[in-house]
Amino acid sequence: MNSLITLPLLIPFFTAIILVFFAKNVPVQRWIATISSFSTIVAAVVLAATVYTDGIQTMNLSDWEAPYGITLVSDMTSALLVLTTSLISFVCLLYSFRSIGKEREEFYYYPVFFFLVLGVNGAFTTGDIFNLFVFFEVMLMASYVLLVLGGTKIQLRETIKYLLVNIISSALFVIGVAYLYSVVGTLNMAHISLRLHEMGQSGIVTVIAVLFLIVFGIKGALFPLYFWLPGAYYAPPAPVMAMFGALLTKVGIYSIARTYTLFFTQDIGYTHGLLEILAIITIIVGAIGAIAYSDVKKIVIYNIVVAVGVILFGIATFTPESLTGSVFYLIHDMIIKAALFLLIGIIIKVTGTSNLKEMGGLIHRYPGLAWTFFIAALALSGIPPLSGFMGKILIVRAGIDAGNYWGSGIVLLSSLFVLFSVMKIFINAFWGEAREYNQEKVPIRWLLTAPVILTICAVLYGLGIEALYPIISTAAETLSNPEIYINAVLKE
Amino acid sequence: MEILMSFLIGIIFMSATYLMLSKSLLRIIVGTGLLSHGVHLLLLTMGGLKKGAAPLLGQQAEAYTDPLPQALILTAIVIAFGITALFLVVAYRTYQELGTDNMELMRGKEGNE
Repeated sequence: MNSLITLPLLIPFFTAIILVFFAKNVPVQRWIATISSFSTIVAAVVLAATVYTDGIQTMNLSDWEAPYGITLVSDMTSALLVLTTSLISFVCLLYSFRSIGKEREEFYYYPVFFFLVLGVNGAFTTGDIFNLFVFFEVMLMASYVLLVLGGTKIQLRETIKYLLVNIISSALFVIGVAYLYSVVGTLNMAHISLRLHEMGQSGIVTVIAVLFLIVFGIKGALFPLYFWLPGAYYAPPAPVMAMFGALLTKVGIYSIARTYTLFFTQDIGYTHGLLEILAIITIIVGAIGAIAYSDVKKIVIYNIVVAVGVILFGIATFTPESLTGSVFYLIHDMIIKAALFLLIGIIIKVTGTSNLKEMGGLIHRYPGLAWTFFIAALALSGIPPLSGFMGKILIVRAGIDAGNYWGSGIVLLSSLFVLFSVMKIFINAFWGEAREYNQEKVPIRWLLTAPVILTICAVLYGLGIEALYPIISTAAETLSNPEIYINAVLKE
Repeated sequence: MEILMSFLIGIIFMSATYLMLSKSLLRIIVGTGLLSHGVHLLLLTMGGLKKGAAPLLGQQAEAYTDPLPQALILTAIVIAFGITALFLVVAYRTYQELGTDNMELMRGKEGNE
């Protein structure tokens, strides 16, 4: 029993409620938001440290014993993801202060922002499959509002599609939970895992596995279910885009990682084989999208799709090494995608366009922006010693060890395409002749601090790999060995 | 009874799919409402229908009905209600802003080229 685990949920929750009452008082909102966002980070750090020293933390809500009530479980993976989420939301908040605009601030931007953080942290922390659905809905509800807030035509149009897609996927999620419940008769994730292992292989479990793959594939933008993503993420302003790109798809990936390591391990040849094929196609489609567009937002959005594929390839390979790589890459990708989206936001603010062909010569006026972008771009494509390298090398090596040369080759090749796509932005936007819009210098110092913080994190994450490795491998160990998780929750 | 319910749920899903494939936004919203009703019924059926007495202390029955699916349905209904309300508001605002509720006409090039 440890109530520390609830802090990363309760702080955003109460902050959101308090902020509703200060809707028209923007300075007060900003102060409360900053303080509580920072304290969420502190709570998440303490939680991660506790999990590292004392093992998995669990909490049975209302003191109902483990398989009967709702259990919150914080193993190393979820503690690290909660920490990353808190960090990214803090940085996006700082960025929002100068870019989101007074109208949005007065119309409940900050409360909804904190509900989104609550939903994401909750989804990472919960140990109950139906509770996972509830936190998904909390997160999605907040994301609908953030997406539509502002009410421009493109936002409204994309919100309708996004709403419809997610309503259908939520319906499928409940159907999946219903089937699973009728098979195992429990909702606690550890207990489900135990029951499924006792049952052994059966066809209905494989069906449920594929159903869950569809559900989380829609949320996590897996091929062929990623179609909604480029449009929906294109519409909102930069900080919202960064939150979506960094957090929402990752919740889907986390859920696939959790269910495919904890529940559906009986028929690995089929379920994980399917996941592997889809992951590889996702990488290819994402890479094609990333190099095909000349719109900076689209390029980075398609890079999300590539990263989804890479992480899921690691999960599908399903060896301890590949899972370590996936956790490494997941956290790296969250940090660096947030940084890139914020940088893109600044570029668009400065140039007034998102079309690469109308940009150029930014490096003369904004050298800080240019070099931050350059480092972030290198980190994204996994140039050593930056943060993307370690995760990718583990995933590729595990893939080769498992005899999957094709998949590993495509993961490696995808790095080149990713590098090409972001370098295309760098070359076209920063080099060359300065354009007209550069006549008046836009003050970007405050805006730039946010992505700089994240880029520094990404660089440190890459350089400190030696120190971080034991932490991440603890996280992956829980994923590759469900008994640790089950024993911690059910305390047998 | 479960078989009958399965057919009913199938028919509801079919109607929901039909409605969601239409062009009018309002029909799509009705379709999503119907879809969530189907899902709730499925959840109820999957828990097993009326297997025994009400799950109360002192009933002294041999078998009890599982109360958990009902708790889940209650949660799911609340969520579906909230989302339908939000969807209706967004749809109304879209109609005001774009002047149409036809999905075909709503298509735009901005952000998709």
